[in-house]
Amino acid sequence: MAFDKMELRDIEVWDGNFAAAQALRQVQIDVVAAYPITPSTPIVEGYAKFLADGYVEGEFVMVESEHAAMSGCIGASAAGGRVATATSSQGFALMVETLYQASGMRLPIILNVVNRALAAPLNVNGDHSDMYLGRDSGWIQLDAYCPQDAYDLNFIAFRVAEDHDVRLPCMVHQDGFMTSHTAQGVKTLTDDQAYGFVGDFKPMNDMLDFDHPVTHGVQTEEDWHFEHKARQHNDLMTKVMPKVQAAFDDFEKLTGRKYNIVESYDMDDADVTVVCLGTSVETAREVAKEMRAKGIKAGVVGIRVFRPFPFEEIKAALKNVKAIAVLDRSSPNGAPGALFNEIAGALYNTEGRALLSGYVYGLGGRDLTKKHLVDLYTELQANVDAGRVTTPLQQFIGVRGPKLSFL
Amino acid sequence: MSEIKKIKNLKEFSTSADRFEGANLLCPGCAHSIIVREVLNATNDDLVLAASTGCLEVCTAVYPYTSWDASWIHIGFENGSTAVAGAEAMYKALKTKGRLKQPDRNPKFVAFGGDGASYDIGFQWISGCFERGHNMMYVVLDNEVYANTGGQRSSSTPIGSSATTSPAGRVSYGEKQNKKDMMAIMAAHGAPYVAQVSPNKWKDMVKKIQHGMAVEGPVFINAVSACTTEWKFAPEDTMAITDLATDSLVFPLYEIINGTELNITYRPKNVVPVEEYLAAQGRFKHLFKDEYKYLIKEWQERVDAKWDYLQRREEARV
Repeated sequence: MAFDKMELRDIEVWDGNFAAAQALRQVQIDVVAAYPITPSTPIVEGYAKFLADGYVEGEFVMVESEHAAMSGCIGASAAGGRVATATSSQGFALMVETLYQASGMRLPIILNVVNRALAAPLNVNGDHSDMYLGRDSGWIQLDAYCPQDAYDLNFIAFRVAEDHDVRLPCMVHQDGFMTSHTAQGVKTLTDDQAYGFVGDFKPMNDMLDFDHPVTHGVQTEEDWHFEHKARQHNDLMTKVMPKVQAAFDDFEKLTGRKYNIVESYDMDDADVTVVCLGTSVETAREVAKEMRAKGIKAGVVGIRVFRPFPFEEIKAALKNVKAIAVLDRSSPNGAPGALFNEIAGALYNTEGRALLSGYVYGLGGRDLTKKHLVDLYTELQANVDAGRVTTPLQQFIGVRGPKLSFL
Repeated sequence: MSEIKKIKNLKEFSTSADRFEGANLLCPGCAHSIIVREVLNATNDDLVLAASTGCLEVCTAVYPYTSWDASWIHIGFENGSTAVAGAEAMYKALKTKGRLKQPDRNPKFVAFGGDGASYDIGFQWISGCFERGHNMMYVVLDNEVYANTGGQRSSSTPIGSSATTSPAGRVSYGEKQNKKDMMAIMAAHGAPYVAQVSPNKWKDMVKKIQHGMAVEGPVFINAVSACTTEWKFAPEDTMAITDLATDSLVFPLYEIINGTELNITYRPKNVVPVEEYLAAQGRFKHLFKDEYKYLIKEWQERVDAKWDYLQRREEARV
């Protein structure tokens, strides 16, 4: 091979972006087609530098828009090789058309989405508004809480997406700036370990196999469209989770790091819990511990796999809890929160039917403080004590002005 | 380096191994299929093809059928160029890494798009592909209208044409803007080869396609595609209308090498008046009313001026 391996220390100090870039190098991506956007840019800059320094072999196609980035990724993936890119926010929004095309064509592209708010007003900081644009696009969505996760979940993503029983694209989400630009200790894999875990890319229906011409991206109308969409949904619902679990299990054997489809912390005897995504999971874990010292049995549930939605795992994790706060880091814009609705839907037919309330927080990168969470857990305990939701169903926390609540 | 396919005559050309099946849903008399066949038959090399959303795409890849006996991809309306560019990038990557399944082949990367997909919605994507210098050919099937969606104007629709979104009416002669000069724009990208072709002049077409496939870098081909449905002529007249298009010089056949060297490749022995070209098509019918006849005169003047300009460019070699 005509590239050099890189000697890494057992623990490197990396931010989430560089961790993702290192993962892309280690799996030896064949083609990256990308367009820069804050805060995800350093991922593809990192790949470009690795290429320039001879640590990876492949083609880096610096296109003229995010739509073209995913279009190029689709063409490259259909041609038959390992493909990845990264984006955020407005760029992700511009990509949306092609997200559906990539998944409908069953192409295992990996997209690192560094979550950021959506304009207007323009904002470069982290919230989860953009990731919900990918919610119905037929992609697998994994969520990182810290740079270590951003690194590790990329390997999981390639392993699952490229599996011939799956053949679906996968996003790895991390919080803009809070993860992407915050350096932490990241435990590394050696280049050989990382590549070995993901394995060689095995092409299927590849356009560059000239002896077996394939037509990609056909037209289907009312006679076949439904069957195609139903099959894709079926595979998302039935095939992905077992593969994700198997990849998590193998990864634990390799590294000792254990990931779960739904991450439960202090949930064995919890009365009250928050359900959230991203960096907030770590903040909530800190606060839950402190609440326990005060006598409130607090827990945290973090979503690790957002699509396919872990319906059964959520039901199991929240089975015995009495009050739940669902935290939405995106503007609900005229409805209960996106995550709130998912959790409510999962719990509706359960026996426990814990008291459920929703909190909108952190838009445009506004901090979620420990004080916010202390107040929140206290409210949840009050709900438990009263046997009903004592607050409005939807509250905004950390926003200036008069207290904002609905429903 | 692949060998250039030798073609003796039309009979041999029309019966050579065909990677685009006659079984498709294009209108009887549609020039698209003729152009595609002429492009594909110009080479024996393997092909990686793309089509943007449009007549060609919806009529040739309706599940569970396909008209394509070559690798083919469709993504969307605007990104046929980038689909092929992505595949070309993968080809380069796998070649470098020694992972091509058939490393001895010389595939050609070709994207087809209508004028709507090329002059309008996919313009940025094409410009990006050409600026980056992908080794690919982009072929516009230029029928001067959004034919697949029922005849809306594009930026290729010529002045005076009646389109559904620029209809001729009691107080309007139809389309008000002149056709965008994509040839000049693509030549300005510094592309190694830019050419206008027409399916009636098949030898000229084959020569240009073969030249385009032989050069390194992005090649732009604008193909005149007479549309029986939207231009409003009888399906059996496609070639007659196309003859009028080239012989009236409304569609002059020429090439631009490296952005500067312009060669006229077809000089009609008898130049036909533009009026005859217009009169043969329903989309221009209203121009023959007394109040709009000045537009026909202006049209002739525009065609003459363009022909004059092309000849001067050819002579100047700049």
